[in-house]
Amino acid sequence: MKAKVLTANRLGDGRCVWYASNGCWVETFDGAAIAADAEALDAFQAEGQRAAAANEVIDVNLIDVDAGQGAPRPVRLRERIRAEGPTIDFEPGTDETVAPAQRRPVAA
Amino acid sequence: MYRYDEFDHSFVKDRVAQFRDQVERRFNGEITEEAFKPLRLMNGVYLQLHAYMLRVAIPYGTLSSRQMRMLAHVARAYDRGYGHFTTRQNIQFNWPKLSRIPDALADLATVEMHAIQTSGNCIRNVTADHFAGAAADEIADPRPYAEILRQWSTVHPEFSFLPRKFKIAVTGAARDRAAIQVHDIGLHLKRNDKGDLGFAVYVGGGQGRTPMIARKIRDFLPERDLLSYTTAIMRVYNLYGRRDNKYKARIKILVHEVGAEAITAQIEEEWQALKDSELKLPDRDIEAIRAYFAPPPLVDRAEGWGNLAAWKKADPEFAAWVRQNVEPHKHPDYAMVTISLKPVGGIPGDASSQQMDSVADIAEEYAFDEIRVTHEQNLVLPHVALGDLEPVYRALKAAGLATANAGLITDIIACPGLDYCALANARSIPLAQSISQRFASAERQREIGELKIKISGCINACGHHHVGHIGLLGVEKKGSELYQITLGGSGDETTSIGDIIGPGFEPDKVTDAIETIVGTYLALRKAPSETFLTAYRRLGAAPFKEALYGHQTNAA
Repeated sequence: MKAKVLTANRLGDGRCVWYASNGCWVETFDGAAIAADAEALDAFQAEGQRAAAANEVIDVNLIDVDAGQGAPRPVRLRERIRAEGPTIDFEPGTDETVAPAQRRPVAA
Repeated sequence: MYRYDEFDHSFVKDRVAQFRDQVERRFNGEITEEAFKPLRLMNGVYLQLHAYMLRVAIPYGTLSSRQMRMLAHVARAYDRGYGHFTTRQNIQFNWPKLSRIPDALADLATVEMHAIQTSGNCIRNVTADHFAGAAADEIADPRPYAEILRQWSTVHPEFSFLPRKFKIAVTGAARDRAAIQVHDIGLHLKRNDKGDLGFAVYVGGGQGRTPMIARKIRDFLPERDLLSYTTAIMRVYNLYGRRDNKYKARIKILVHEVGAEAITAQIEEEWQALKDSELKLPDRDIEAIRAYFAPPPLVDRAEGWGNLAAWKKADPEFAAWVRQNVEPHKHPDYAMVTISLKPVGGIPGDASSQQMDSVADIAEEYAFDEIRVTHEQNLVLPHVALGDLEPVYRALKAAGLATANAGLITDIIACPGLDYCALANARSIPLAQSISQRFASAERQREIGELKIKISGCINACGHHHVGHIGLLGVEKKGSELYQITLGGSGDETTSIGDIIGPGFEPDKVTDAIETIVGTYLALRKAPSETFLTAYRRLGAAPFKEALYGHQTNAA
């Protein structure tokens, strides 16, 4: 079974969040928990449903990650861009609540 | 330009209050996401990859400096200091928080702006020629009719839950600068032999996954019949448009499946019941709306001619900018200025809040306080005296807005693509940047001449690639980005859908492919005056396929 990470967007501000091992939803992919077996997957799905029903998050998805060598990385380019921010040097603004990881441009 | 009356002000204010209440009820769980989503879409609020996106309406692409300053304020206060002008003459903000969007909408309402019906299955922003009311070749200003349609279509009780989105465009010159033939309804304002104003009516155009050119269903519709006839079209669409399949729900599919003759007959039949109803536009109502669009007080400024000649002589860069970005105005002492939002290597269509403020200042001082947004992601100052072109240029240059590339190869249209958009399969912006940088040389750009590259990051075609002289469509193949090239598209009065010319190109091969296409054109054109599009239509795809794919011709 491919390793999975649970991700969504926060309802209030729309920001990408990932479900972490401490049971919280965090703003960087680095902190995401990885589900490697069916049991963990079930737990993730349950949490996804709970968080959506609790009006914390929207657009919940389980995404494939490469958990082999080195740091885990989303498989799909789309999810790598979600994790790392736009790959272009867009205009930075005044929003200091955006995690640094979502500011720097990154190679795909 | 149109000014809200008491009704409009209170309508928009109520709408903001309504949305604020909907947001609160969403946050406390009284409404589910499923119920909330169509409501937020009707207020222009999308969820994209990284954040919400707010699409603010700029009706027929016209705004004042006061409104532009408010957009700058929204970018600063609610977003990350910039906005993106779109291919439907709107603006998008990429990072607003849902919790603060009602406040942003309240601020916008103070300057008569809103985000109503910029998304959802309803009638969207009615777009118009960005040179309306100013162009030397204009027959009549299309904007009063765009405004009439806007008022009529806003929260229309019958047409707020259509099978799918609905897009209308209006143009008022022989040249079509509003791409009306790839809209659901296209209206071409003209005069009949008696000098009466009316429209050629086109129906069923569109891009997306099934691009189609609209069919002309009426050669001349008198202006007074605009609303009754449009209502007839909408009723036929609303009744027969498919609701079973999202990808077959646009009116273009209905026209294609039923046939233009049959659909015209249905529309005409529906119209019989409507043509003498209260939808008939009295002359005085049309005149009342037209009065809002009266031209500004353009005093003669004949001294501008001599000044302009002298400045051009003294500054070749200024002369190049005039040649490329300045177009003739109805009034001989004036001109229309295109402000390119495509700096070499920049992000097409984006402007910082500082740049928006600069444009507002320039418009207020030199351009009668009027700004336009084009469907090619640029801005326009439609009324600038020749005698003011030089100070306008200096001010634009200081703001990084004086790139002399209107219509040239670096004047690229690109959708936000996979860097922002949840629908995308591939990125558009880095491709635009790479191509722009490769062709950066001003001299080379001038040598190539008019060449419109349009890039879409997915099949939804928001970058309008189907009507690009060169179109690029990003797809996902085996987990990687791949770009399909189309050639020979056009969105003007000679509308054509680009031809797919062969297998796709990997991201790092696309710019070279563009070079090959350009090189082929330069080698084969009859004269520098033969544009890329004209040459392609004469030569066909064969020489380009040969150049790109060698002996793999007929691969498609």
